[in-house]
Amino acid sequence: MDYFLTEEQQMIRDLARQIAEEKVVPVRAELDEKEEFPTEIMKVLAQSDMFGIFIPEEYGGLGMGAMELCLAVEELSRACLGVSTSYAANALGTYPLLLFGTEEQKKKYLPDIAAGNKFVAFALTEANAGSDAAGIQTTATKDGDYYILNGTKQWITNAGEADIYTVIAITDRSKGARGASAFVVEKGTPGFSFGKKEKKMGIRASVTRELIFEDCRIPKENLIGREGMGFIVAMRTLDQSRIGVGAQGVGVAQGAYEEAVKFARQRVQFGKPVISFQAVQHMLADMATEIEAARALVYSVARYIDSGAKDISKASAMAKVFATDVAMKVTTNAVQVMGGSGYMREYPVEKMMRDAKILQIYEGTNQIQRNVIGQAIIKEAAKMKA
Amino acid sequence: MRIVVCIKQVPDTAEVRINPETNTLVRDGVPSIINPYDLHAIEAALQIKEKLGDVTVTALTMGPPQAEDALREAISMGVDEALLLTDRAFAGSDTLATSYTLSRAIQKIGFDLVICGKQAIDGDTAQVGPEMAEFLNIPHIAYVKAIEEISTQGIRVQRLMEEGYDIVEAPLPVLLTVVREINEPRLPSLKGKMRAKKAEIKKLTHTDIDAEEDKLGLTGSPTAVKNIFAPEARKDRKMFSGSPAEQVAALVEELKNLKCL
Repeated sequence: MDYFLTEEQQMIRDLARQIAEEKVVPVRAELDEKEEFPTEIMKVLAQSDMFGIFIPEEYGGLGMGAMELCLAVEELSRACLGVSTSYAANALGTYPLLLFGTEEQKKKYLPDIAAGNKFVAFALTEANAGSDAAGIQTTATKDGDYYILNGTKQWITNAGEADIYTVIAITDRSKGARGASAFVVEKGTPGFSFGKKEKKMGIRASVTRELIFEDCRIPKENLIGREGMGFIVAMRTLDQSRIGVGAQGVGVAQGAYEEAVKFARQRVQFGKPVISFQAVQHMLADMATEIEAARALVYSVARYIDSGAKDISKASAMAKVFATDVAMKVTTNAVQVMGGSGYMREYPVEKMMRDAKILQIYEGTNQIQRNVIGQAIIKEAAKMKA
Repeated sequence: MRIVVCIKQVPDTAEVRINPETNTLVRDGVPSIINPYDLHAIEAALQIKEKLGDVTVTALTMGPPQAEDALREAISMGVDEALLLTDRAFAGSDTLATSYTLSRAIQKIGFDLVICGKQAIDGDTAQVGPEMAEFLNIPHIAYVKAIEEISTQGIRVQRLMEEGYDIVEAPLPVLLTVVREINEPRLPSLKGKMRAKKAEIKKLTHTDIDAEEDKLGLTGSPTAVKNIFAPEARKDRKMFSGSPAEQVAALVEELKNLKCL
C-alpha cells in the first residue's frame, strides 16, 4: 500500500528502519533476556535526531507532528516493542510541557529533550489510581515559592533512566478532579527517589519503576499550566500520545507477520512448504488484511491530529483500541503459524506476543478506550436531538 | 583546522556478480555505497571535530556525476562540505593518476589532516592514501586503529600491525589511512539528511585544480590491465567426510595411493 508519504516522512521511516535493523534486531533477544535498558540504542536515536521529530524547530526539534512520530515508532516496534516503548514514553512525558508549558519551561527543557540529552517520563498511575485516575493520592502542597510533593507513583516507564518527570499530583483534594495539577520534577531533587524495578511479562528492555516523593520540594515555577489543570493536562497528553500506541501495534504486528511468512515458506511438512496449505494462507491473509486496516486507521488519525483538530479523543481511542487488538491477535497467530518453533525463544515471535499484550493495557486499557468512544457516541447522538 | 576525508563510491560487493563471458563486473542493479572503510574515516574526522571544535571537515571524491550521492550521504553524517572531482579527463585513472588528481584538489582546498579508509573494497589496492601523501610531500601513517591524541600541532596514533600495534607520532599536516577497529561509524541524522538534500555539491574539473593533463586519466596511468579472468575451477578434487579422525585417515590413505607419502 502507498500512503503517499512526503519525502521527509519517507526519510524518517527509512532511517528509523535502518536503526531498527542494524542496531535493534541484533540485540533485542539479549535485552529481553537480561531485562536491560537499551542505553546504546537511545544514544543512536539521539544522534539521529529521532527525539526531536515532534518538537518545534524554535526549540531545536524538527517541527513535525504525530504522523512522523508514528512512522518512527512503528519501525522501532517492528523490531522491538521494549525499545519503542522507551522511545515513545519520552514523547508521552514531553507532551505536558509542549502543550501546556510556559515559554520559560519550554526554553529550559525542550532543546535538551529534542537533542536526546535529557530523557523524559510521564507519571500519572498510582497503586489506587489506574483506569480511575481520580484516585490519585500523591499530593503537592504549596509552601511559599515551593510545592512539597508526597506520595508514590507506580509502574512508571523510563523511571530512573529519565532526567525529567512530568507528574500529576493533588493540590486541592476538596475539588476532586479539578484539584489535580501537573508538575515537572528533575531527577536528583532531594526527596525524590525510585522504587524497585518491576519484573514484567514483556517489553523487558523498557524499565518500569516507582517514583517516591518524600517531602520533595520543587520551585513553584515547575507547575505546568495552572493549579487545578492536572487532569486536563493528563487527558490532553494521553489524547495526543495514544496514537503512538496504535503505531506500536501496527509495528509489532508487522514484525510478527513477516516472521510468520518467512517461516511458512521454509518449513516443509507433508512434502510441501506449509505456506502452500490453505489453512496457513488464510491465517496469513487475515493477518495482512488486519495490519493494513490498522495502519490505515492509525495514519488517518495521526493526520487528523496534525490538522489541528480539537476533538481527537474518540478518533485516537479508536486507533489505539483497533491497532492494539490487531497486534495481540496477529502476534498470537504468528506463534500459531510457526507452531512449536514459534513458542521457542530461538525465534522472535514469542517475545512479540508477550510484548504485544501491554499495548491493550497501558496508556488507558482498551476497555477504557471503548468507554471514551462510547461517551463520544452518546455526546454526538445528544447533539443530533433526532 | 581543516580535515579532508577522501571517500570512494563503490558497488556493494555483497551483491556483485561477475559476467562469466566478459569477466567483468555486472554493475546493473547493484547498489552503490560509500566504501565501508571510508565511513570509518568520516567518523574519525567527525570525532576530531567534536573534540577540538574549530574544525572544518571536507569530503572529497573523484568519480562520475552520480558519486554525488556518496557525498550527500557524507553530509548527512555531519561533514561540513563536499567536493566532487568529475571530468572526462579523469576517466581510466589507475591509483597513480587518482592519487595525483586527489592530491591536486587537496592542495587547492588546503588541509591540516587528510584521512582515508585503508583501501577500497572494489580495487583493494590500499595504494591511493600513501601515494597521495607522497604527492603532497607529507608523512603518512597507514592502518590507524586509534587516535590517542590530536592537537593543531601533531598527532599520536596506534598503527595496527600483524601482532599488536605501534604507537606513532607525527606533526601536522599528515595523512592517515584507517582500519575498521578505529571506531563505529554513526548513522546519518534527520537534520543531516535534510541538509544533505539541499546542500550544494561543488564540482571540480582538471582546470580547477591546476593539474598537468598528461598525469591524468588513462594517459597518466602506467597500470595496464592485460586480462581479467576468473580462475578455472579444478574438477579433479575429492572431498572427505566423516569425523576429523576419519577424514585424516582417508586423506593419508589417498596420499599413499598417490605415492605422495
